[in-house]
Amino acid sequence: MSMDNLKISPALEKYMTKEYRDLVERGPYGKQKKVSEMGTFKEIIEEHPMCAGCAMTLFIRLTMIGLPNPEHTILVGTAGCGRLALSQTSIPFIYGNYGDTNAVASGLKRGLEMRFPEQPKDVVVMAGDGGLADIGFSTVLHSWFRKEKFTTIMLDNEVYGNTGGQESGMTQRGAILKMAPKGKKYEKMDMLGLAKTANVPYIVRMTVTNPTRVASVVRKAVLIAREIGPTFIQAYTSCNIEYAIPTPKVIDDAKSLEAERYGFQEFISDEAKAFLESIEPKKAKATKSTEA
Amino acid sequence: MSEGAGVEVKSTSAGAGVVKDSETSEAAGQKVVTPEYMFFEAPRERAFITGSEAAKEAIRRANVDVAISYPITPQSETMQQVGALWAEGYVKEYYRGEEEIGVMSAIAGSSRAGARSLTATAGPGLMRGMEVVASWPGGRMPIVLLIMCRVINAPLSIQPDNAELAYLINTGNIVFHAENQQDFFDYTLKAFIISERPEVTLPVAVAVDGFFVTHARGYVMMPSKDIKLPPRDPYHEAVPVMDNENPPARLSRDAPIQKSNFISYHVHASWQQEVWAAVERSRKYIDMYMGGLVEIVNPDADTIVIASGSAVSQSREAVRQAEEDLGERIGLIKVRSLRPFPTKELREACKNAKRIIVPEFNCVGWLYRDVAAALYGHSKAEIIPGPRVFGGISLPTEMILQYIFPDKKFIF
Ligand SMILES: Cc1ncc(C[n+]2csc(CCOP(=O)(O)OP(=O)(O)O)c2C)c(N)n1
Ligand code: SF4
Repeated sequence: MSMDNLKISPALEKYMTKEYRDLVERGPYGKQKKVSEMGTFKEIIEEHPMCAGCAMTLFIRLTMIGLPNPEHTILVGTAGCGRLALSQTSIPFIYGNYGDTNAVASGLKRGLEMRFPEQPKDVVVMAGDGGLADIGFSTVLHSWFRKEKFTTIMLDNEVYGNTGGQESGMTQRGAILKMAPKGKKYEKMDMLGLAKTANVPYIVRMTVTNPTRVASVVRKAVLIAREIGPTFIQAYTSCNIEYAIPTPKVIDDAKSLEAERYGFQEFISDEAKAFLESIEPKKAKATKSTEA
Repeated sequence: MSEGAGVEVKSTSAGAGVVKDSETSEAAGQKVVTPEYMFFEAPRERAFITGSEAAKEAIRRANVDVAISYPITPQSETMQQVGALWAEGYVKEYYRGEEEIGVMSAIAGSSRAGARSLTATAGPGLMRGMEVVASWPGGRMPIVLLIMCRVINAPLSIQPDNAELAYLINTGNIVFHAENQQDFFDYTLKAFIISERPEVTLPVAVAVDGFFVTHARGYVMMPSKDIKLPPRDPYHEAVPVMDNENPPARLSRDAPIQKSNFISYHVHASWQQEVWAAVERSRKYIDMYMGGLVEIVNPDADTIVIASGSAVSQSREAVRQAEEDLGERIGLIKVRSLRPFPTKELREACKNAKRIIVPEFNCVGWLYRDVAAALYGHSKAEIIPGPRVFGGISLPTEMILQYIFPDKKFIF
């Protein structure tokens, strides 16, 4: 958005809410904020109606801090728990039909590129594992094959959370959930491998345990998507309700999963790496090209 | 077929075989004109072209930003030709989508980005994309969807049959039904302008019966190809465009149906009412640009045929035969707009009618139901369901005459 749009017309100043004035005076628009500064600036999301302690909400909050230009970002979500928080952000949020995210984002991004050839507009998809790996599978894979320039973030809670706990393609084999009363019969889908097959230039698997890393990965993913091609972050964001994780134990659970089978992996193509180095010489050095 | 037959490989670097840059092409020389000039004043020349070509020629003059395609008979030819328009620089962005849910969703994305957006489909493609198409009106998305109707039910068939419109007309999309190639050209161009009016801000579907119109030639009067419609102005529409050029409000363009409480029920209910009110508000522009929701021939006749799409052409001919061969004046009402539905117009036109016949190219009789519902209590006429043909069967004029003159015997 143009910074002029953000400013309050002097005649309206006394009527605007404190929240809005804070956004203008202390918001993250036009200046990249850091996780370490949390508490000192007005965040893009502050309230949401999701379950208390849900890891997904933390991930979404950190994602908003990582966005390099929230003032030029459009979020795309879908049915599922995440949209309950995403719709509370002070960023335009598109919520269409279940599983349509990557198709909507394709048209949106192309339309925005056409209308704003000089001003990058970032499109970020955030949706559940069911939304992206099951019902949205085809549009996700095709957006990657077509090299659509936006970021896809999977909020992987390994279950259909919003409909009350059914097995998804991203559920671990053996897990007993609704619609899998005898335990899931098949392996968790390898979306990271599929992303590699589709030559996605930046692929990350992570959890919420390291907040600074979440924000930095999101930032890289959005910048690479802007210039190089699709980027994919698969984040373990546990569902404490359906997996019966006591709220105070959510981070412990993430840590133990990280140690067991959900360790941090970052794959970056040479082209994407060179691009990051060209814009931020120091930071990119820290990025190791590891197998996803 | 020889290897590579019909396939032209284009090198991607600038050089031989590369499509001419749109800057230097004819497309770049197109002049923007007002809708009124395009529709009514620009000199027109006659061409003898298929319905698919008529659609292409409309798109060429429509200043389209984004077009997304997916093949299905009998639509493929149209979106292929739109691809050619893109290669020539007449359309700014174009790609072949993954399938219809993907295409209808992507078009929703481009519309929300503020781009003038177009796609086309047929029969099973419309059914596949229907979840998305039915959600466009609630998203208040200006979009033009061309539909080349074909069989949707098993056994699989690609033949003309417009049963697919039965649900579409109940989704909040504006729906026009073109009779012939000329209509298809005109309605398509006008659809963009009507769709983008601030008080309308809705998708418009322009349906045509597959093959009968898409693959057959007819005369089409067209303005010169060096003029085009003005571009979409996404900042003068009913809802904010999703380009983040707005103040940073919480902007979710869909009704807040996310919570289960009375406020959300009321919001959803009033949102739907507003969508249908917007459908009604398009009447003004249909009257202004399309000459009204209906065309009426012989209004004072006792027997009136009410039809839409190709059934109108057949009815027109039956009406001519009735007058010239049998000396009977029969009325004909062509329904141009299925949504908004011409309830008021039909009530007025059928005040004194004694018999009404509703020929259709589908098995279910969706037009009959609408006509009967509109006239119930407003006309004493007997409303006769049919004749109906479907699955690709043609509608001989004698079949219509048989319904008009039940006591006579026609061979068909
Ligand atoms: C076409 C369609 N099918 C099914 C649904 C029902 N539905 C809504 S949310 C949801 C589950 C969401 O699960 P996931 O995408 O994994 O996200 P989570 O809620 O776990 O974050 C389902 C199945 C729907 N809204 N639309
Ligand atoms: S159901 Fe699970 S994923 Fe959804 S908000 Fe609650 S804890 Fe989070």
